[in-house]
Amino acid sequence: MIKHTFWVLFIAAGLAACGAEEKRTLPILGERDVVNGDTIYPTVPDFAFINQDSQLVTNATFAGKIYVVDFFFIHCPTICPKVKANGVRIYQKYKNDPRVAILSHSIDVRNDTVAALKRHADKLRVGTPQWHMVTGEEDAIYGIADNYFSVATKNPEAPGGFDHSGRLILVDKNRHVRSFCDGTDAAETDQFMKDIDVLLEEQFGSKTPK
Amino acid sequence: MRNYFLFVLVAAFALAGCEQHPYRDGEALYKTHCANCHMDDGRGLGALIPPLADADYLKKERDQLACILIYGLVDTIVVNGQTYGEKMSGIPTLSAVEVTNILNYVNNAWGNQNGVFTLEEVRKSLEICK
Repeated sequence: MIKHTFWVLFIAAGLAACGAEEKRTLPILGERDVVNGDTIYPTVPDFAFINQDSQLVTNATFAGKIYVVDFFFIHCPTICPKVKANGVRIYQKYKNDPRVAILSHSIDVRNDTVAALKRHADKLRVGTPQWHMVTGEEDAIYGIADNYFSVATKNPEAPGGFDHSGRLILVDKNRHVRSFCDGTDAAETDQFMKDIDVLLEEQFGSKTPK
Repeated sequence: MRNYFLFVLVAAFALAGCEQHPYRDGEALYKTHCANCHMDDGRGLGALIPPLADADYLKKERDQLACILIYGLVDTIVVNGQTYGEKMSGIPTLSAVEVTNILNYVNNAWGNQNGVFTLEEVRKSLEICK
């Protein structure tokens, strides 16, 4: 019996240690430069896209916010619905928190018109000002995917005609990428949401809005 | 101590046994062909992709299900009062046995209790859309 109690205590201590792990900071991702002794971290460049409400969406839209990024297309026969389902979970958790936004880039600029994006968002029961589904210049969208460590390209051989990663990417209010996960995986998305909380704590001083 | 471990092992096996269902092949096929859209838990996605879990459509349109798996859907359908109009692609390469396995998994997973589909029944249903 004593031995038994010992084991239970041991396991309890182990679990408690896991809780302490919460106090962590997220790295700034990407290759850094050192210029005149100063470290320069990579940042998301300027962009300008149009969202499902025909509004212009730029970096200014996310000023003072942290935001989650992904790349998708509406008629995607493979991974997109799973990434969207996990995106909806993030939306549900933070929809009353104006410090968090979501930016989904359509990589099918021919079919995913503003009207189509609007219908899509409505059917997902999500929308602005929190969740921007954007379209724009094809090259600009494919180009900015690099800055988010994501893949977005046309490929007639791929299912649906496009290659893209199903990543969710977390950007801080200083335009630095701080975390990412496989958006098709619910468990990874759970961890990603913990990262969002860690970042909120770091940049705003609390997990919940004041 | 050794007895204790043995007990834990036995308990673990017993619990794993509870998880078993007879539709393993159907589950594997579902994960490959269906789960990307209808999700692992069969809940679908908003008003875009209809649920399969607790869906009245499965009971009401039982005879149509086999054909939908093979040929897909372009019509607007109503599931649990919600209208869905997105196109669903069919999987024409599925055999009647595979269709039966998927239907048995879907109709008896996530709390669904829609009974068993026999190969016979599925073959008959597939006559409708030949």
